[in-house]
Amino acid sequence: MTGPAAKQPLDDRPAALILEGVTRRFGATVAVDAVDLTVRSGELFSLLGASGCGKTTLLRMIAGFEIPNSGRVLIDGQDVTHAPPYERPVNMVFQSYALFPHMTVAQNVAYGLKQTGMARSERDDRVQEVLALVELDSFGRRRPDQLSGGQRQRVALARALAKRPKILLLDEPLGALDRKLRERTQFELVNLQERIGTTFILVTHDQEEAMTMSDRIAIMQGGHILQIGPPREVYEYPTSRTVADFIGAANLLEGTVASVEGRSAEIRLQATGGAAMAESDIPLKTGDAVTVMVRPEKIQAHRASTGAANELSGTVIDIAYLGDLSIYHVQIADGVRVQVAIANRRHADEAPFTWDDAVFLSWHPGDGVILIT
Amino acid sequence: MRARTSIASGLGRRLVVGTPFFWLVVFFLAPFAIVFGISLSRSRFGVPPYEPLWQNGALAARLDNYAFLLDDPLYLTALLNSLEIAALSAAICLVLGYPIALGVARAPKSWRAPLLLAVILPFWTSFLIRVYAWTGLLKKEGLINDALIWLGLAAEPIQMLQTDFAVHLGIVYSYLPFMVLPLYASLERQDMSLLEAASDLGARPWRAFLTITLPLSLPGALAGFLLVFIPAVGEFVIPELLGDAGTAMIGKVLWTEFFNNRDWPLAAALAITVLTLIVAPLAWLEHLRLKRSEASQ
Amino acid sequence: MKRLSPWLMLAVVLGYVFLYGPILSLVVYSFNASKLVTVWGGFSTKWYAALLENDKLLDAAFLSLRISVVSATGAVLLGTLSAIALVRFGRFRGRFLFSAMTTAPLVMPEVITGLSMLLLFVSLQHAIGWPDGRSPLTIAIAHITFATAYVSVVVQARLAQMDRSLEEAALDLGARPLRAFLTVTLPLIAPSLIAGWLLAFTLSLDDLVVASFVSGPGSSTLPMVVFSSVRLGLSPEVNALATILLATVAIAAIAAGVLANRNRKT
Repeated sequence: MTGPAAKQPLDDRPAALILEGVTRRFGATVAVDAVDLTVRSGELFSLLGASGCGKTTLLRMIAGFEIPNSGRVLIDGQDVTHAPPYERPVNMVFQSYALFPHMTVAQNVAYGLKQTGMARSERDDRVQEVLALVELDSFGRRRPDQLSGGQRQRVALARALAKRPKILLLDEPLGALDRKLRERTQFELVNLQERIGTTFILVTHDQEEAMTMSDRIAIMQGGHILQIGPPREVYEYPTSRTVADFIGAANLLEGTVASVEGRSAEIRLQATGGAAMAESDIPLKTGDAVTVMVRPEKIQAHRASTGAANELSGTVIDIAYLGDLSIYHVQIADGVRVQVAIANRRHADEAPFTWDDAVFLSWHPGDGVILIT
Repeated sequence: MRARTSIASGLGRRLVVGTPFFWLVVFFLAPFAIVFGISLSRSRFGVPPYEPLWQNGALAARLDNYAFLLDDPLYLTALLNSLEIAALSAAICLVLGYPIALGVARAPKSWRAPLLLAVILPFWTSFLIRVYAWTGLLKKEGLINDALIWLGLAAEPIQMLQTDFAVHLGIVYSYLPFMVLPLYASLERQDMSLLEAASDLGARPWRAFLTITLPLSLPGALAGFLLVFIPAVGEFVIPELLGDAGTAMIGKVLWTEFFNNRDWPLAAALAITVLTLIVAPLAWLEHLRLKRSEASQ
Repeated sequence: MKRLSPWLMLAVVLGYVFLYGPILSLVVYSFNASKLVTVWGGFSTKWYAALLENDKLLDAAFLSLRISVVSATGAVLLGTLSAIALVRFGRFRGRFLFSAMTTAPLVMPEVITGLSMLLLFVSLQHAIGWPDGRSPLTIAIAHITFATAYVSVVVQARLAQMDRSLEEAALDLGARPLRAFLTVTLPLIAPSLIAGWLLAFTLSLDDLVVASFVSGPGSSTLPMVVFSSVRLGLSPEVNALATILLATVAIAAIAAGVLANRNRKT
């Protein structure tokens, strides 16, 4: 194992995986469309998207279960595009875990080592070592059907790690676990990854999972990668409506650019005719059709107008009480609603607003993100 | 372009497909070409008992045998008779098998496997001997006639052996497990909460059965019907042992043509006719059914 | 669990009476001292003794067993290969024909299968001198051919059920395809191979029609001998044979049931 590489900045590390224009078609449908991607050594990288977005096909091409129609797959600098799965230095944790039901836990973990012809004593040591790593040292002689779901998941992990792969692939590894266990396992996985330093590539449809665990996330849709970045970046600065909508809740207001000043711009909103302030790194010019994205928790609500430059007025039409916070649905024009999240900080607090209250909404100009429509 | 890396590739793959493929082409497909060829030749005394198709460098194919099949009403009657007997027997199997399948499917869970095993078990004993068992029961001085007379239900022994009734009975008896199995599978799979929902919505048990259980079990019923009908159409042993000399079923007619009359070309022509008129449509039907059940899974 | 309705219970009971009544009547009469099969003449085991002295029947039984073992083994080999091809290989050239050839024997009337096999053997002998006449070999070839279809169906069902990622996991862990098949796929589909073998064995042991077509002089199988003796009328020795057969099957079934039960518990 390469040892912890966490302190080294991401960009300086060697590439563990490079995909160049990888395309995979099934009949007429293009599952993965000319994807380019570089994953750095020691990174915990997530492929995030709804089912059918191509994330699993992409993972299977890295593992060798699918061969790209075009493009190249390089693992650790070696072109493995056409190499069969059994010749690739990667291992996979399957969604179903795929534990061999006719073998014990130890036999499952030893399976990959046996294929390499490792000496028996060394093999036994390695099996014990990885089982200890996932805290299942005493379970070696059990069979998979005598384990709980969480234990099976860890056996699958141990089996895939036993060969010390260059990259560990995880296909929805937590999908079969219940919510509480899933949250705990997320942290365990991250800790494990930090300890052993292996590159992890994770496929998931659960954005919370991707946000919690990953160094970087690639958001996929329709066979394309829409955006790649650290969790914070894709949440705060999405580059498209789809990404904004997919990760977290987003208010999307359409309008046209009224004036530009450096990074910030004034947008005339289609719904209200009023103005809103927001920022963007993309060069804009007056008259461009754009969308302003504001996260619900970034919006302040007041009973009276504050006179801020980007202020919207509206009426509370729905309240969703979620415990830790409440979501207020404010109608700002016919058929146009804005969600506002307000934390419920104190027990005793009365709800600040109720149905049909008139409210004024505003946000810091830097919290509004301009997306090209 | 290969779709995905399969568990086998290259040479291994070719061997896996090629071995059974070769065997089936040689021993299953080719014979039908030969049967077709011989069906066009003329029977003769000798070994083999048919004239070669190539005579003096010319093709000596003739359709005489087919013309003969059309000409003599025996063959058409036998064909229709076989269809009728098979269909009626399959229908009786359905009526008898349904309550059994339903009973087993609704029995306590731990009982189901042994009960089902008991339905299948007779299949593993000899088919021939099971049919033979009925000859002892059905004949004039047999057990059933004895019982009927003892009960006063009949004044004198009834002729049951060597009738169409016995043929139907034999088919129903032999193939009943084939009906119960698919019916059981489709009934057992049914979600019991559907019946609870029906009853919650005001349906009485009988009505719930008619509107929920029965329609949902139709695929199983169709599968069972075909599983009985298909082997019954070409049946030989049952009409031979239980029917009378006049029971014309196509399997028996073909046997007689071949073994008793030693008319190989005519038997071959009959086989080709049955193949195109009955087997091909049935195979197609079965293919469609399997495809549909695959798609629904 | 709701109680079974009395009507259904009655239907099930009557169903089993119908299924087992005739077989049990054979068992009872096999111990009948009277030569007249349907008249009770007191308890006797003489028909079992007669069966043991009936060389023709015993020879036929031995021949049938040998043919069935060979046929079942051959059918399991071919049927398993064809099941793997059909379930695992996706599309390949000739797949439709292949799949048609593996299902067609299931719907083929036995008389037609028998006739076509015989005509093939006759033509082959005429053309290339093989097979040399009809023999147990030709019976076995015919049985392998139709039993392959049944084995294929059984194994296909099991393969289709099996989680495909198990094989992928083996490949992923570095096993080459043949090795992945031997260490993962084969052990997991083994029960279906055993079931398929037993099915093929029974079909072969039970077959009268196809064997009648393709057997030669001196190669009469058990069903052929039984058939010719029952065609002449009732035969108490056949009753005894039926009883032995039934007992064997029943014991095997109960043993299998007990074994399966014990496996589930441990």
